[in-house]
Amino acid sequence: MTAVEIAAAVRSGQRSARSVVDEHLDAIAGGDAGIHAFNLVAAAQARARADEIDGAVAAGSDPGPLAGVPVALKDNLCTRGLATTCSSRILEGWAPPYDATVVEQLHNAGAVVVGKTNMDEFAMGSSTENSAFGPTRNPCDTSRVPGGSSGGSAAAVAAGFAPVALGSDTGGSIRQPAALCGVVGVKPTYGLVSRYGLVAFASSLDQIGPFTTTVADAAAVLDVIGGPDARDSTSISEPQPPVSDTLADGVDGLRVGVLAELSGNGIAPDVAARLKAAVGALESAGARVAEASVPAAVFGLSAYYLIAPAEASSNLARYDGVRYGLRVDGPSTPDMNTATRSAGFGDEVKRRIMIGTYALSAGYYDAYYGKAQKVRTLIIDDFASVWERFDLLVSPTSPTTAFPLGERTADPMAMYMSDVCTVPVNLTGQAAMSVPYGVGDDGLPVGVQIMAPALGEPVMFRAAAVLEASL
Amino acid sequence: MSDEAQTIPGLGAPDDTEWETVVGLEVHAELATATKLFSASPNRFGGEPNTHIDPVSLGLPGSLPVLNEKAVELAIRVGLALNCRIQPSVFARKNYFYPDMPKDFQISQYDQPINVDGWLELPSGKRVGIERAHLEEDTGKTVHIGGGGRIHEAGYSLVDYNRAGVPLIEIVGHPELRSAEEARQYVSELRSILVAVGASDGKMEEGSLRVDCNVSVRPTGSDRLGTRCEIKNVNSLRSLGRAVEYEARRQIDLLTSGQAIEQQTRHWNEDDGRTHALRSKEEDYDYRYFPEPDLLPLNPSTEWVEQIRHALPSLPRDRRLGLAEAAPSVDVDHIALAVERSMDELALAAISGGGAPERVMTHIVQNLADGSGELAPESLAELVGMEEAGDLTATQAKKVLAVLVEGGGSPQDAAQTLGFEAMDTGELESLVDSLIAEHAEEWSRFCDGDAKLTGFFVGQVMKATKGRADGKAVTQLLNSRRG
Repeated sequence: MTAVEIAAAVRSGQRSARSVVDEHLDAIAGGDAGIHAFNLVAAAQARARADEIDGAVAAGSDPGPLAGVPVALKDNLCTRGLATTCSSRILEGWAPPYDATVVEQLHNAGAVVVGKTNMDEFAMGSSTENSAFGPTRNPCDTSRVPGGSSGGSAAAVAAGFAPVALGSDTGGSIRQPAALCGVVGVKPTYGLVSRYGLVAFASSLDQIGPFTTTVADAAAVLDVIGGPDARDSTSISEPQPPVSDTLADGVDGLRVGVLAELSGNGIAPDVAARLKAAVGALESAGARVAEASVPAAVFGLSAYYLIAPAEASSNLARYDGVRYGLRVDGPSTPDMNTATRSAGFGDEVKRRIMIGTYALSAGYYDAYYGKAQKVRTLIIDDFASVWERFDLLVSPTSPTTAFPLGERTADPMAMYMSDVCTVPVNLTGQAAMSVPYGVGDDGLPVGVQIMAPALGEPVMFRAAAVLEASL
Repeated sequence: MSDEAQTIPGLGAPDDTEWETVVGLEVHAELATATKLFSASPNRFGGEPNTHIDPVSLGLPGSLPVLNEKAVELAIRVGLALNCRIQPSVFARKNYFYPDMPKDFQISQYDQPINVDGWLELPSGKRVGIERAHLEEDTGKTVHIGGGGRIHEAGYSLVDYNRAGVPLIEIVGHPELRSAEEARQYVSELRSILVAVGASDGKMEEGSLRVDCNVSVRPTGSDRLGTRCEIKNVNSLRSLGRAVEYEARRQIDLLTSGQAIEQQTRHWNEDDGRTHALRSKEEDYDYRYFPEPDLLPLNPSTEWVEQIRHALPSLPRDRRLGLAEAAPSVDVDHIALAVERSMDELALAAISGGGAPERVMTHIVQNLADGSGELAPESLAELVGMEEAGDLTATQAKKVLAVLVEGGGSPQDAAQTLGFEAMDTGELESLVDSLIAEHAEEWSRFCDGDAKLTGFFVGQVMKATKGRADGKAVTQLLNSRRG
């Protein structure tokens, strides 16, 4: 059952939320040992919440648009009283005293949190192999990675453990695992979804979004979690129209560009073939398709791997052993800080803290962080001129299908290349999503990325719905 | 502040005419908002440790700052009062590790501060340039337990985050102060301005006003700045004066003995009256400033700034000018003191109500140090009038004043209650004549020109009248009797 179907059944009293939740908890209990999508399953809390919803329905009140829908949360979203680890040793034993805004919104919409999902430590990675608690496996082929960093959330939805999961996308961390696991994944416009309660990786790039099995489910979730939040200064202050309302409006007459810089070099032939098929489907539905070019996009990855680590080096400074999480004692406070951080962070996190610290250092700032910000401005400008001629852009989401576990762990650069198609949109703040579009030569899912200008979600979702229907 | 010592025993001011002291001050003032700079926790001094906190001021993972509009308004008030340009500004992260800084970075303003290019005028009329006055958040407080409270010897340390996130304005002055006394005047004036515009309570003893001073010396006449040292832990105006004088002396001694000044951060020790090296320039942090991505650039509208400008209260400088105009013959220090005590309005009202300016100001400066209480301006004017008319002596007037401060009312009634009625001239004449007869020897010495004997006769009259007589009238009478 999709989320939309579950909510309808629960709201109308056809099905109890409890039965829905029990079914999913059973699936997790039976299947997650081989996948490791979850860091924590909140079974008792979920059952209690489900009973509450059933009580509300019985009492004649409406629990909301996501009534009884089980939701898995990436383990970097703060949940009151429920461990939030970012898959890092350094947050060992810490349970936030508050809920993230999105968690409150889901709760108020009647959704039921079933657990916290595995991820690359602090969202740094593209395979979920950088988790302190071991990797997550791709439900489509357990010898393969699910992508990352929100691999646990993507796998949870792909495996049927939950119809909805939330992830965070800093450089592709929702879209790339969605593509590799064959589910829908959305990176909303920066500022559409509140970041309050999302443990920061790179604040100017991070955005929360949903994983679902259908486009309509993603729309329903986005309509719940999108909107202004006074607790996030970067939140867009005007409410946006619901995406669900225009889902079926089609793409007739829309101008769609195939983004050349992200669709040619380095893209596996079977992935390119699926993109071509998707473009054909959009054309058949009435879209006008042409090639589009964003020349500066090729510098996206370089700029990203300076800006994101720079912000991360500052965001992750607070894990110092003083207030919460891990503490490894030392003879002085600085020694304690060093011992704690040495023991608590994994290699990839340390690598990025070092890169970021260097990029911001006196004497290097202009050459690295400063230049990266200029590149970011160039990319924004290039996209702005493309949006004068196109309503949407498309590209592959990932250059390849899911790769084998261990294949890229020894080579950070090869791993970073996994994000080449997804990163530019984080730098510009635009909306993008990945829609599953068949399989590659290896039988593994391929995702097509649809990009829209800022707040272009309604149009983006119309195209996604057309692609979904064309399969 | 006038009651604080200005000279330092055992250490003369560096008065060597060959050397000039150069001082530039960085003043941090806590802004008097109800809540913190980026969260809704109360901004209140003291309290049980770690009770004025929330996820944001603790820097918990996932928390985000939201700018307090009142803090921005107060910062703009300060900027306007310091004649600054108010400009679009950007918050930045200043990164360094310290246990009482919850995020291990401080949200401050760096290359685009809200207020720039202003000036402050000292009571002497000298203008001191203000480079910038920017917004930033305060840190928590660390208490070291054991080892005499010193960090290196402490058994353990406790951190109180009540102060973390309290809004600060950091006011950076140009190095245009030339003595310890000027530095004191600058801080005193700045404090008056901050209090006048309602931006801060200005309490140095509670740490709501903190001063870091950069001190250097140079040969008199040189236009190059010497190597400076930054002095921390200056917690009162008195310490400021002492620290600047000590540090200038230390630097002059080094230079005159052929040694170089090392650029350092130094710690003022109140107990031994010296500054001690904390760290050298090389050991300074690399703060890795970059724009705070969690906050939007701050761009106050012109309308808002103008609205704040129009609502600004009268500033100490303008108030001094106003009072000086009304009391032109009064010493500038007394004018400044009256303004500092916020008694200029009382003085102006009493003067415009007919009180003689000098007498009014004498009462303000000498007799109203503890406040004016229930005293009405018209009563002060009337009291001064009674003195001028000879109805009250200075001593009596002071006693009447005390009654008016305590319970208000009219000076006539108070004088009557106290039994202060002016003696009539005949009564005074006959008393003086009888005293002359009684003390013939003293009288002849007085007549021979021994001026000390004036005091003797006035004293006798006062004793006999229990202070009711007017000393001046007695002196006149004695002189006329001498012929």
